[in-house]
Amino acid sequence: MGEFTPDPKLDLLQGTLDLMVLQTLSALGTLHGYGIARRIEQVSGDEILLNQGTIYASLVRLQQQGLIDAEWGTSDNNRKAKFYSITKSGRKQLAKDAVYWQRLSTVMGRVLAMDAEGGM
Amino acid sequence: MGRVQGGLNRVRSFFRKPALDADLEAEIAAHIEMAIEENLQRGMTPVEARRQALIRFGGMEPAKEKHREARGLMKLDILLQDLKYTIRTLSRDRGFTVVAVLILALGIGANIAVFSVVNTLLLRPLPFPAAQQLAWIAPPPTKCGLSCATYSTDAYDEFRMYSRAYQDVTGYFAFSSPGNLSLTLGGTPIPATSIDVIANFFEVLGVQPAMGRLFRPEDGRNGTAPVVVLTDAWWRRQFNGDPAIVGKTFDMNGRQTTVIGVLPRSFDFGTVFSPGTKVDAITPLNLYGPPRDWGNIITLIGRMKPGVSLAQVQADAVAAAPHMCWNNKYPKSCGSYAEKNGAGGIVPVPLKEYVSGRLHRALVVLWLAVGMILLIVCVNLSNLLLARAASRSKEFAMRGALGASRLRIIRQLLTESLVLSFTGAVLGLGLAWVLVSWFAHQGAVALPLLSALRIDGAALAWTVLIAVTAATLFGLMPGLRMAGGNLHESLKDTGQGSGQSRKHDRIRSVLVVSEVALACVLLVGAGLLLRSFMQVLDVDLGFQPERAAAVKVEYNDSALTQDASVQKRTAIFQQILSRVSSIPGVEAAGVSDYLPLGQNRSWGTPWPEGVPQPDKAPAGPLVYVVTPGYLRAMGTNIRGRDFTWSDGPHGESVVVINQAYARFVAGYAHWPNNDPVGQTLSNGSTGPGHLMRIVGVAADVHEESVEGEAGWQIYYPMTQASPTGAELVLRTTLPPAELANSVLRTLRDINPQQPFADFKPIQTLVDHANSPRRFFMLLVASFAGLGLLLAALGIYGVISYSVTQRTQEIGIRMALGASITTVQMSVIAKTLRLALVGVAVGTAASLLLSRGIAALLFGTAPTDPITFAGMILLLGTVALVAGYLPARRASRINPMVALRNN
Repeated sequence: MGEFTPDPKLDLLQGTLDLMVLQTLSALGTLHGYGIARRIEQVSGDEILLNQGTIYASLVRLQQQGLIDAEWGTSDNNRKAKFYSITKSGRKQLAKDAVYWQRLSTVMGRVLAMDAEGGM
Repeated sequence: MGRVQGGLNRVRSFFRKPALDADLEAEIAAHIEMAIEENLQRGMTPVEARRQALIRFGGMEPAKEKHREARGLMKLDILLQDLKYTIRTLSRDRGFTVVAVLILALGIGANIAVFSVVNTLLLRPLPFPAAQQLAWIAPPPTKCGLSCATYSTDAYDEFRMYSRAYQDVTGYFAFSSPGNLSLTLGGTPIPATSIDVIANFFEVLGVQPAMGRLFRPEDGRNGTAPVVVLTDAWWRRQFNGDPAIVGKTFDMNGRQTTVIGVLPRSFDFGTVFSPGTKVDAITPLNLYGPPRDWGNIITLIGRMKPGVSLAQVQADAVAAAPHMCWNNKYPKSCGSYAEKNGAGGIVPVPLKEYVSGRLHRALVVLWLAVGMILLIVCVNLSNLLLARAASRSKEFAMRGALGASRLRIIRQLLTESLVLSFTGAVLGLGLAWVLVSWFAHQGAVALPLLSALRIDGAALAWTVLIAVTAATLFGLMPGLRMAGGNLHESLKDTGQGSGQSRKHDRIRSVLVVSEVALACVLLVGAGLLLRSFMQVLDVDLGFQPERAAAVKVEYNDSALTQDASVQKRTAIFQQILSRVSSIPGVEAAGVSDYLPLGQNRSWGTPWPEGVPQPDKAPAGPLVYVVTPGYLRAMGTNIRGRDFTWSDGPHGESVVVINQAYARFVAGYAHWPNNDPVGQTLSNGSTGPGHLMRIVGVAADVHEESVEGEAGWQIYYPMTQASPTGAELVLRTTLPPAELANSVLRTLRDINPQQPFADFKPIQTLVDHANSPRRFFMLLVASFAGLGLLLAALGIYGVISYSVTQRTQEIGIRMALGASITTVQMSVIAKTLRLALVGVAVGTAASLLLSRGIAALLFGTAPTDPITFAGMILLLGTVALVAGYLPARRASRINPMVALRNN
């Protein structure tokens, strides 16, 4: 059936968006909400089903946990926007979460590659 | 740390909702603008650019909602929503809400009021600093009343010197009688009550003056000018709260007395040391003056050193006792406190225990009774809510179908319970405040610390606790039932005859049964207390309080010689009695220095000469110095003869003893026929008149308590012994109050110094003694009444509801020929079945529990059949009435209408 319809976009797992935001800010430095959303879309190769609006819940959550900072500023084309940057404890959290995700995806990969006899 | 900080941020943002929302709006606006710009650059038309930007952004509202959820306290938001919804539904269902809140207010109010009483009397320390250090020092109780519960001034000095466990020891004169101070402000003397205390009294208790100063050691010494300290209440009442009162002098008992200070409002002597009496002023006791020879007069209070245990204090008292002399002039009296009836003569107990210890059990019972009321209230409300929930099941099923989680629905129902419960609690707090203020002004009730009663922080905390507990108790069950229901069932259920409602029916029946059972226990408790109270009222006191009254008489019999004094006194009382007796309506009159159920004292143990006294003889009878006619005026029967005026100071010494003492002495004396009348007793001395002839035997008088056994009494004639005051007792044919004026006028006519003293019916003495029992009985009885009412409501609610549910069924039955009587009987039978099960369970529980209050009963067995029968009859009748109303409604159902409906 999958052959006849275009692949549906990936649904975001709980908690993954926060990690993506952290990674984006860590890689690109200070960025506004729209920029972060666009960046994630671009990196994912448009494979992720992201309602851009949902990014703001993630941003406020991270901000309250002290993982990112926010400040109103002016964008390149002179537009007022709120700019986010990752904090020190944000980087620590990112390192931890990244390790976790990598381990999880390795394990998931192995489990899913399992054949009928239970071997690889 | 992140979590804590996040939590704090959430709380903060909850309160900054508008500002944060605006911030988010601005951010989203910027986001959309940037997206549109980018789309335009890609070559889209402005309309398409905007459309695409909005599509990519996704749902605007969900995004905002999620943002709020992430930043704020979603739970609080939901709670507010639930609250709003609750208030809307409750105000729609006004009848239910009013009934529920009223029931809760009654239950919670009663609980707060009783908690305040328990808290004040049992839990809170006495109103003194470091009150746990205070000890009451007294011998164990004996037959000779106050004289054996007190110490002499010499003993006090020695005790203070030899005790090492106390910071200091103080005491007060235990024999002050009401109205012992007469204040003259120009006109008629005003009677007041003062207590003599040892100068360090306030220091030991830690009481600071509100104004002026309290006593110094020199205040009580010989030859110093008399001083007085006023209580706050008397200062306000008698002296209009004069702010410049300190230093002023007044004529008190005929001496110019200087007011040196005013006590703080928080200090109330009566409420701690002598419940039910009012003390107006405190005066210093002259330890080294005449009181030196008055024998045992002082009640001791000590402040223990910090860290000293009760056992240490008690051991310390045992060590100090041998040094203490009754009177240093008589070396033989030294060490007499060491041993008394095998028990130590000096037993310190915590002051708190002395003040309220014996109320412990009664208060716990009271507490349990209101706890039961609260349970009944909860069961009742649970029932009401279940009925309501049944009719709302479709609403909840619908909400469930629309996606509300079970938790959310339970939360909604619990919110309703909490709102009901807290509204009830607020109302109940008002009710409790009224009750507590009323209690606090029951000055005549002989319960300690009542005037210190108030609703304090602890009571408020208790209120919150019981409100939450109650809400959980009565809200959880209907909540679980509701939310647990099957969606389809509920939507289809028409509420009649289907499984769900039958299950409801069963639960509600169980609830009603437990309610009836609880009411049963309360009724039995109240019934037993009521029966005890009746028994107490029935006690033969040895005197007849009805139609008798007493008034304190001022007289002056001071003279140079004892003889002259007796003659002067005899003349005064002869005149008073003959004048008063001629007042119309006065049947008999007599004078005694002490009245029963008031103060008392003893003068050793008069004993037949030559008869060996038993080693462990209890200390002697209580002494009353009376005029001829007193016993008749009191209504005390006498065998032999009463005193006459011719029993003069030079005649033979005569006494009257009571039956109990006569019996005791007769057991050793071997009088002919065991008849004491005509026999003699020796007062222990050898002088002339030391042999006293027993001229009469009087009935046993309950002199210390109504409920205790009558002790020993001995009466001396006022013409031969010295009285310590005079109470004129009148027996009247009219209500005593009608005679008050003419009697007082006569007394003032004879002696202008006679103050306008209280004209107190003897019945008030008895009522005062019975007041704690009456107080508890009334409280428990009103709780039982409340419980009964609630149980009746519960029965009515369930039966009435089941009739409504079965309208159709009843209609069919009637259409098929069932008579009105059959229908009525079936409803009533159901009611009685419920009541019967409840009563059976309740009776069993009462039988188990009533043993716990056995100690509070008087002349009533915990299994008293009359009480149990009365309870069953009462509950049965109430159940019948509660069932009859719905039954009547059922029988009036019109089959045609019932069948057409639904």
